[in-house]
Amino acid sequence: MNLKRSKSLTWLLWLIPLAFLLVFFYQPLLAIFRQVFSERFSQGWQFFSWAQITKPLGFTLWQASLSTFFTLLIGLPAAYLFARFDFPGRKTLRSISLLPFILPTVVVATAFNSLIGPKGWLNLILMNLFNLNNPPLNLLNSMPAIILAHVFFNTSIIIRMVGNSLSRLNPHYDEAARVLNASPWQAFREVSLPLLLPSILGASLLVFLFNFTSFGVVLMLGGPQFATLEVEIYNQAMNRFNLPMAGLLSIIQLVFTLLITTIQNRLNKPRFGKAALSSERKTLKKPTTKWQKLFVVFMVIILIILFVSPILSLVSRSLVTFEAARGERGNVETGFTLRYYQELFKNTSGSIFYANPLAAIRNSLVYSLLTMLIATTMGLLSAYALNNSNKANRWLEPLFMLPLGASPVILGLGFLISFNHPPWTSGPYPILIPIAHSLIALPFVVRTILPALQSIPNSLREAAGVMGAKPFRVFMEVDLPILLRAIIVSLTFSFTISLGEFGASSFLANARTPTIPVTIFRYLSQPGALNYGQALAMSTLLLITSALGSLLIEKIRLPGEELF
Amino acid sequence: MLEVENIYKDYDGKPLLKGISFQVNKGELVCLLGSSGSGKSTMLRIIAGLEVPDSGQIFWNGEDITNKPTHERGFGFMFQDYALFPHRTVAQNIAFGLRMIGKPKDEIAALVQKSLADIHMQAFANRQVTELSGGEQQRVALARALAPDPHLLMLDEPLGALDHNLRTELLKELRRRLHESRKPVIYVTHDQEEAFVLSDRLLLLHDGLVVQEAAPEIVFRQPANAWVASFLGLGNLIPAQSLPNGRLKSEIGEITFSEPLPYQPGQDLVLLLRPEDAILNQSGEKFLIQLEAIVQDAVFIGEAYRLEVSAGGTKLLIQSPRAVSIGEKISISWPESKVQHLSR
Repeated sequence: MNLKRSKSLTWLLWLIPLAFLLVFFYQPLLAIFRQVFSERFSQGWQFFSWAQITKPLGFTLWQASLSTFFTLLIGLPAAYLFARFDFPGRKTLRSISLLPFILPTVVVATAFNSLIGPKGWLNLILMNLFNLNNPPLNLLNSMPAIILAHVFFNTSIIIRMVGNSLSRLNPHYDEAARVLNASPWQAFREVSLPLLLPSILGASLLVFLFNFTSFGVVLMLGGPQFATLEVEIYNQAMNRFNLPMAGLLSIIQLVFTLLITTIQNRLNKPRFGKAALSSERKTLKKPTTKWQKLFVVFMVIILIILFVSPILSLVSRSLVTFEAARGERGNVETGFTLRYYQELFKNTSGSIFYANPLAAIRNSLVYSLLTMLIATTMGLLSAYALNNSNKANRWLEPLFMLPLGASPVILGLGFLISFNHPPWTSGPYPILIPIAHSLIALPFVVRTILPALQSIPNSLREAAGVMGAKPFRVFMEVDLPILLRAIIVSLTFSFTISLGEFGASSFLANARTPTIPVTIFRYLSQPGALNYGQALAMSTLLLITSALGSLLIEKIRLPGEELF
Repeated sequence: MLEVENIYKDYDGKPLLKGISFQVNKGELVCLLGSSGSGKSTMLRIIAGLEVPDSGQIFWNGEDITNKPTHERGFGFMFQDYALFPHRTVAQNIAFGLRMIGKPKDEIAALVQKSLADIHMQAFANRQVTELSGGEQQRVALARALAPDPHLLMLDEPLGALDHNLRTELLKELRRRLHESRKPVIYVTHDQEEAFVLSDRLLLLHDGLVVQEAAPEIVFRQPANAWVASFLGLGNLIPAQSLPNGRLKSEIGEITFSEPLPYQPGQDLVLLLRPEDAILNQSGEKFLIQLEAIVQDAVFIGEAYRLEVSAGGTKLLIQSPRAVSIGEKISISWPESKVQHLSR
């Protein structure tokens, strides 16, 4: 191979992921725009009323602000707790606090349902205590339920990002301030707070963004009266078949998302050089004063309630029948049971509309395996393309980075508009779903592989080349061994993301080809103890798989790599 | 006047400071000298109120300040990494301590100008501290510590982060600035050159205790024990054991001093033989020690030659005014007045 041809091969690296993004990301996006604006030309702006936009937009902003506020309320002291204090069980509690980030939304929604829902532990306990016939608390379908789930999800982001800066903040700054006659409060206000502020703001905006684009949680815990933009997009598209309206809401959603991401990227730039945040320091101390001990105990209790109780509740509730009064026909049954799990693996095709769970599990596994392959291959190619310091790079890089903020719901809508026909929808496992999942997993894959790739000095490849290795040999002998960890992490990541993905799947998985999360959602919206139990059982299985996946990632991942 | 009394402090369950006491008088510069891990920085942090001792007390002008909050002590402290606030400019860093004690704005501005003029950095007032070189950061850190006119100034290895050339240059400047300030100063270092150049009094810390407390010259001439001599690199240290009647035995033979030694018979000692006191190829009654040796290495060090010799298996360092070739047989001697015996 001569030099010229190897250059053109580099171009090929660009072309494959670029074509993938053009066809499967930009084309559907364009289709949404076309749908909206062709409607506008045929009807004028008559097809909607402003209230249809301002109401969900207003609610989205409102719930995102409230959720972010409460997340900070718990997240900041929690970050301080983990960054400063050493106490028994610290490591375990920290791992548990970081777990929610990787949990699928359906699992979280089901977990909270099992805790505060009408058939949840809280109501069962109250009914048992006071001999009631009906669940006394109606916490589901309420604002607190949404906020609680958002706090559960996003506190881990604050703990990770702010906690990181806290433990890397040079303790001499605070001490220097105090030696310069500043009281502890003045030292905090004048020195520590300004130094931490960029990371607090950055984390808050990220949390806000996640709350803003929250879909599954709001759909499942909020009920019909609460619709965020994303839920409204889903309603318009799937229940009212008003695609132009869904498209318009998507455009508005996209504009806001881009705006928030831009601000967030600005804030994320390091501002005070390396000096302020140096390598991790040994800042852990045992709580000594009375107030410190009180703080630690208080926070540990809060965090256990917030993080452990929903998960424990989900797992335990899936193993217990506890049917009060008007449950099913016959006697009231209480006690330990494996029935919900056994039912999952029985091939009863009783209902036509709600496909059997076994098929869902099989489908999800196939989709996840396909996603794993597509996302990691595209991620590898994209990382290589982005790593090349070409002139074209500056041109093309934004094209690659834009999909990083893609919302699954908008992706689902775009796919519904562009690809809702054969060959995309034919076959036992329509390729559409793994492609959508791959686009969602792609940013995580690129962010995992690119730093590893950048860490390989080019001299290694040159050395191998000088010693006679052909380009493919160089890749196999130099790049691959170094990238292996990152590739395994990417494979695991895309697998777990696909397994738990709900937003795009809710648009694309029809009754013939359901996935696990979609099936859980359907079970949960059906009455009856068996449906409820099966939703819990399936969520528990998904929970275990996701937890194992994240455990694997944590074990393999190199320290210092951040995923968001 | 600062009085430190019987300070004890454990670190990670191990004793770090085992009863430290000393004083710092008005206008005096005291150096805490010791190897890393000797607890000298911790001692300094306890005086500053950044750490609390397990027991013992700190007095300032007779007042017990052991539990007084840091910011009420009115002491200055300079960190090894300077800890200049990265989100503030040079001028704002220097102004910080003045603002905290509530000085009026115009007075602060004037004092900051004066501080900057003292370190010849007026042009840097509005620079970010992250843009400064190591030496500039060091100057600003000292100016910041001195600006609020502290009663006592503490410096924790202030030259530790700099390379050798800059160090020598800044050491001179530091010496001048510290003497001009006429403040009591406690200076922590592991570098004996810094300690000798700067201090009025040296405190050698080893194993959680003050091993010796004296002026640099006295420490140099009469090290308190074997560790001090070894830490300061004063010369050849030869293990020995005391015998009755002014005698001791060592690797290089039995030696009899003209006066009885102040040790128990059988006690472990060392002999200190300084290279610069060795006399080459002379013999006579006046020498306490006379050794036959073979030259193994000779290095020209400017004012003399440094010889590595072997005397019956014992390796010694010797200073010689003239060149000696390797492999040559020489005799080396020390008069009794130049042979020191130290306890171990």
